[in-house]
Amino acid sequence: MNEKNTKNLFLRQRRSGDLVFSLLFFALCLFLAYNLPDQTTWSKGTKLPAQPAFWPYVSVGIMTFFSLLHLLTGLLSPAIKGRWLEVTFWLRSLEYAVWFMVYVFIVPILGYLLSTILFTSTLSLRLGFRSVNNLMLAVVFGIVVVVLFKSFLQVKVPGGQIYEYLPTAIRSFMLTYL
Amino acid sequence: MENLLSGVELLLRWDVALALLVGSVGGVIIGAIPGVGAAVAIAILLPATFSMDPIVGLTVLLGIYGSSMYGGAIPAILVNTPGTAVNALTTYDGYPMTQRGEARRALSIAYSASFWGGVFGIICLMFLSPMLALIAPHFGSREIFLAALLGMVLVVLAHRGQVFAAGMLAGFGILLQTVGLEPVKYTKRLTFDQTWLASGFDLIVVVLGLFALSQAFLLLVEQNKTPTLEPVSGSLLSNIKELWIYKRVATVAGGFGVLMGMIPGVGEFTAQFMSYTYAQKTSKHPEEFGNGSPEGLIASEAANNAVPAAAMIPLLALGIPGEALTAMMLSVFYVHNVIPGPQLFQNQIDFVYALYMAMLILNVIVIVFLVFSTNLMTRVIQIPTRFLGLVILTLSFVGVYSLRNSVVDCAIAAGFGVFGLILKRLELPIVPIVLGMVLGGIMEVKLRTSFTRVKSPLDFVDRPIAAILAICIVLVIALHIRSVVKDYRSGPKSINRPVNNNENKSR
Repeated sequence: MNEKNTKNLFLRQRRSGDLVFSLLFFALCLFLAYNLPDQTTWSKGTKLPAQPAFWPYVSVGIMTFFSLLHLLTGLLSPAIKGRWLEVTFWLRSLEYAVWFMVYVFIVPILGYLLSTILFTSTLSLRLGFRSVNNLMLAVVFGIVVVVLFKSFLQVKVPGGQIYEYLPTAIRSFMLTYL
Repeated sequence: MENLLSGVELLLRWDVALALLVGSVGGVIIGAIPGVGAAVAIAILLPATFSMDPIVGLTVLLGIYGSSMYGGAIPAILVNTPGTAVNALTTYDGYPMTQRGEARRALSIAYSASFWGGVFGIICLMFLSPMLALIAPHFGSREIFLAALLGMVLVVLAHRGQVFAAGMLAGFGILLQTVGLEPVKYTKRLTFDQTWLASGFDLIVVVLGLFALSQAFLLLVEQNKTPTLEPVSGSLLSNIKELWIYKRVATVAGGFGVLMGMIPGVGEFTAQFMSYTYAQKTSKHPEEFGNGSPEGLIASEAANNAVPAAAMIPLLALGIPGEALTAMMLSVFYVHNVIPGPQLFQNQIDFVYALYMAMLILNVIVIVFLVFSTNLMTRVIQIPTRFLGLVILTLSFVGVYSLRNSVVDCAIAAGFGVFGLILKRLELPIVPIVLGMVLGGIMEVKLRTSFTRVKSPLDFVDRPIAAILAICIVLVIALHIRSVVKDYRSGPKSINRPVNNNENKSR
């Protein structure tokens, strides 16, 4: 069993950015393992499988063991170009996570209907769909979503703070259906 | 007979009829759009189904699950882009047929094979789940623990070439369900004194992040893609008879679909691989496979459509989901206090019959809809992918926010969305996380319960079913190690050229 063959056993196909992810995941495992004694409790007179700390220890153990192997196989496999380009791609997704959270924050203020229309139309502009037709499509889509989910399926989305300024009859309609 | 009629009565309601229609047609449309898929749609709709009757909610979700693969075959055949991941094999023979000017024939064969696979799976579900339910009363805590453990082992080992990644992500899933206030001794676990972590991670929030938000982020960040394709002319019924010519392949493929669907963590890909290999080996024209072989198309479509019904067998009979979609459906059962398992067959058999019939009707609606609306579907496929990202992001909000109106839930989902995007980009599996959360919870409860009656570890396997399950676990691991060693001895492993993610965007 020569060195080349032993190394060959651990080769795997991977994609650029894999090593960064493997390192970060392994670091998370080590962080969790280090904090386990403080973050879990062992009860006296309780059998091992019923201990509150048993499953956190098992899961972190599994994670650490496999992530170490995953990291090692990554280190042994051929290097791939484009690692930081890939990390940039991941980071670019944060912009849309922020868009999503802004949407979450404005719904209780402006109400579901207005927030959704605002969200779909501005995001449509951001994505480059700037023609009147595309903007109309985004607005209509926003209205359809609100009518379908809030008016028809009655999902729990609270009314907006600005509904307080509406006349009573319209306010109760808006609170119930839009 | 009385139970059967009672089941029919459950279905004869306007809301169930609407659910059948929405689930089946919606599933086809969702499946036909590359980049959406059943998991995304089910994750988004899951919270909305909680306020519905269980039969209505489950009919919608089952409809989407079962019919998305029908729709996924359309772009696979017409533009060489699978609508759902499991339609990838359909491109091998479907697209070459389109290039030869046989698009209508390919679609016709794919639809008929899908229908056959779907119905075959449901028939097997009807016969096998009551049989499993007969054995199910012998499943105590330790047997359910071992069955869940076997499921975990299979989920990890089924990701061949990615076993280490699947293992660490399954461990991560188990870890996620332990976070928060532990329900027996009421001690905090891994909360880091953060109040928002005290209630732990909700499965639905994690699922929405990993499947729906991650897909939205992916589509929004990537370059826009708009496939163009020609409409299909002529009747789609004209080539259905070809299924009869290849009935042996269709039946064996359906059989593989049922078998692989029942085994946790295995599912469509293995079923397709096995049925495709079988069809090629037994064909008179093996050279046509990959170049537009109708047999290859039948093998792949019949196998993957037989899986959804089969995946319901362990869920209904034992309450153990085998993959992410049935894991999501399990939460619908629990929300309505309908507990899958032997009691379901004893106390609510009419409900079970109603589910079977709903699945059969769904398949009929889908095939009728597709025969008349395939050209409409070709227009749906042409939605720009970034606009699709906007659609998924908007719909994901309803899914997460309507659960508890919690900003924290939304932030957690967004976090898992970014994490899911990274996993998708690296082609690492997401399913082990979801199954780790679901099966991890089952294992924790059942192990704790079973150890109150067990004095030594050997007592744990002193009952026949427990012993069989334990042997299965050891055997599965041993066989995997054996195959790895065999591969190693047979010479250097051939791995593909390392792939730069940006080279591969068009795949």
